[in-house]
Amino acid sequence: MKQEKQRKLGCLILFGLLSATAWSESKDHAYTSESVSLGYRVYIDNCALCHGIEGNWIEGVDLSRAQFKTAVTDHDIKGVILEGAAEGRMPRFDLSDDELDGIISYIRIGFDPDGVAVKIGDPVHGATIFRGNGECSSCHRVSGHGPRTAPDLSHVGSNRTPGALSRTLLTPEKALLPINKTVTLVTTAEETFTGRRLNEDTYTVQIIDSTERLRSFKKSDLSLYEISNEPTHKPSELSDEEVADVIAYLLTLRSTR
Amino acid sequence: MSIVNRQSLVVVLTAIFVTNAAAEVDYERIINADSEPANWLTYNGGYDSQRHSTLTQINKGNVKELKLEWMLQNQVFGAWQSNPIVVDGIMYITQRPNDIMAVDPVTGRVFWMYRHTPDPRAQVCCGANNRGVAILGDSLFMGTLDGRLIAVDRINGKELWNIEVGPVDLAYSVTMAPLIAKDKVIVGVGGGEYGIRGYIVAYDAKTGEEAWKFYTIPGPGEPGHETWEGDDWKYGGASVWVTGSIDPDLNLTYWGIGNPGPDWNAAQRPGDNLYSDSVVALDIDTGELKWHFQFTPNDGYDYDAVQVPVLVDRQWQGKPAKLMLWANRNGYFYVLDRTNGKFLLGKPFVKVNWASGLDENGRPVATPQPEGEPTWPGNQGGTNWYPPSYSPNTDLFYFAAWNDYATYYQAIEQEYEPGSAFLGGGFTVRAPVRGAPTIGIGRTTPINNWTSEVGYGSLKAIDPDTGEAVWTYDQFDVSDSGMLTTGSDLLFTGGREGYFHAIDAQTGELLWKVALGGQIVMAPVTYEVNGIQYVTVISGHTMVSFALPRD
Repeated sequence: MKQEKQRKLGCLILFGLLSATAWSESKDHAYTSESVSLGYRVYIDNCALCHGIEGNWIEGVDLSRAQFKTAVTDHDIKGVILEGAAEGRMPRFDLSDDELDGIISYIRIGFDPDGVAVKIGDPVHGATIFRGNGECSSCHRVSGHGPRTAPDLSHVGSNRTPGALSRTLLTPEKALLPINKTVTLVTTAEETFTGRRLNEDTYTVQIIDSTERLRSFKKSDLSLYEISNEPTHKPSELSDEEVADVIAYLLTLRSTR
Repeated sequence: MSIVNRQSLVVVLTAIFVTNAAAEVDYERIINADSEPANWLTYNGGYDSQRHSTLTQINKGNVKELKLEWMLQNQVFGAWQSNPIVVDGIMYITQRPNDIMAVDPVTGRVFWMYRHTPDPRAQVCCGANNRGVAILGDSLFMGTLDGRLIAVDRINGKELWNIEVGPVDLAYSVTMAPLIAKDKVIVGVGGGEYGIRGYIVAYDAKTGEEAWKFYTIPGPGEPGHETWEGDDWKYGGASVWVTGSIDPDLNLTYWGIGNPGPDWNAAQRPGDNLYSDSVVALDIDTGELKWHFQFTPNDGYDYDAVQVPVLVDRQWQGKPAKLMLWANRNGYFYVLDRTNGKFLLGKPFVKVNWASGLDENGRPVATPQPEGEPTWPGNQGGTNWYPPSYSPNTDLFYFAAWNDYATYYQAIEQEYEPGSAFLGGGFTVRAPVRGAPTIGIGRTTPINNWTSEVGYGSLKAIDPDTGEAVWTYDQFDVSDSGMLTTGSDLLFTGGREGYFHAIDAQTGELLWKVALGGQIVMAPVTYEVNGIQYVTVISGHTMVSFALPRD
């Protein structure tokens, strides 16, 4: 049987569990690329067959987005791996400490090997930049403040990895999700709307327009329907330090579910 | 109620009873299903699986007037893939996990419900699906998630017999609608993601006693065994999870066979891995293999050949021929000679890069992509199990294709463990930017935020002579809906978006649509009761029936 070792896990408890204040005490990411790369291999060998390459095959669990059934802390995750779960449907795994640390790093980094290279700065300063010279809050809303035209970022830390956030800021053309592309619609009554799609099907499209109004169109009522491939913002001109700070701030924006 | 009325009621009831008793469903009746279009006697409407009805009351001129007759909501969550059958004024439909309902097809009200609770050890990879029942005499037959076959009295819904088809603890399951052949009931087993050794098995419909069994992976000494190495054949998958077809004149039954296992590590099981990803032609009486044709040898992409074999008698290069039309999950459309399995034609209907083409025998010229490069078509295939239709009127073959859909595969060496998932890797759907939402196995939300950039559906109408689409009808999302054509050249189909469409089968023009709201992951059926033609479809958790307005 497993002897669960009470290792000090503090260094592995990452952005999900820390307040902004705590973040400033552990500024850099606490996992090493060696650990992540070991974790990736261990994950593929032991976990991927049931959890899937992307970690979302088990109902109610999305490992890359830190959605678990019972686990909250890294300590909990370790316990689940070592003890098994779900009445035996997840078996026990006999893994070394390094392997366990690796898996947890890989999960916590959001399954995103690029995340390793992302520098995470000071979230308090990041919040200031977000609202100030970063000009993020001129389009994005957080916790009930700011416009709704761009996606609401109140829980972006739960949904995006550090790597994805970095790509969005620095190379937006490689990060813009298709659904978030700007659309322009002209109706047969010659009214023009721009906005962001919320949903689309063969015959209709639902958008939030530039005045924050929800609008639904039948495609047959449109004389023009254009989906722009232009990124919705330019590559950030912030310094490397400032980008790291903004990423740190965004990572603190998590669901309190 | 007056005595006079009561007496006339007795007369009416007696008449109905006599009609029912006289109309027992036997092999001959199913063979001649075409001659009684008021009924829908099998999963695919008849042994040729054309899903073509000769009913014409609803036509191109009046289809716009279709109105809702009834809805039947089920109380079970999950995709409703079942296909109803309609026999002499009664509809039989299954719902998750293993319930049968007898339904009035005029009002949608339920006469009785039979419930089987599957063993909690039951395992299925892709949802607790059941695709329907078969009927013979007074019996209905249903396969179950825990690998059983159950016969139920069609009048009162009581169980007649209940047998094991495959061991539940090794993840054998039956999700398809069974197929009747003479006095036998035939099913195949699912479990291709759990290292089963697949088979097709026939039982005496009266007793449930096994009549014959055909293993879809040949054992030692049998022809084809040499396409496996070592012990790979013992847990090589080759499941069977969609209903086959029958040619009564040739006395053959045709079945599509699923992927080999482990799914995504082809290198771990060298060889062609027969009869995975093949169609097999079996003698109805003995189960003896008459011929086979393999679409995807040594498959590493999960390209199950579990499409419905569509049997068509028509000219081929100037001569009358017995053909089989097949749009395969691997992205190619095939025409085979169903008397001997000879390959006649093969054409890709979506982008394909796992093979550069087919040789003169129909064998693919494999071009595996380097790791990290996408493979077209993606894991769910260029099409899948969604039942197609062939219309003898238009001489076109209709099915749901997935365009621009690709997958990155990752192979992992895996040891077989009894009863456990045996996948040998995983896959990721290609997306325009990393982390973007992608198409899943089914719809779980009314919102499409993956957009057509990760794949979109198109209904294709293919000319069997050329393998080319005569027309296509595109949808923004992909579709897992089957097809129905009618004698008035209407094509009915759905899709994940929850629209139910009537399309001109000759031109592809949309004639009528209605937003039903839930994904349509079965194939519509049509039938007639008391002179009224109904067309019925399942959207989300609701079965919906339409007919023309009456005075």
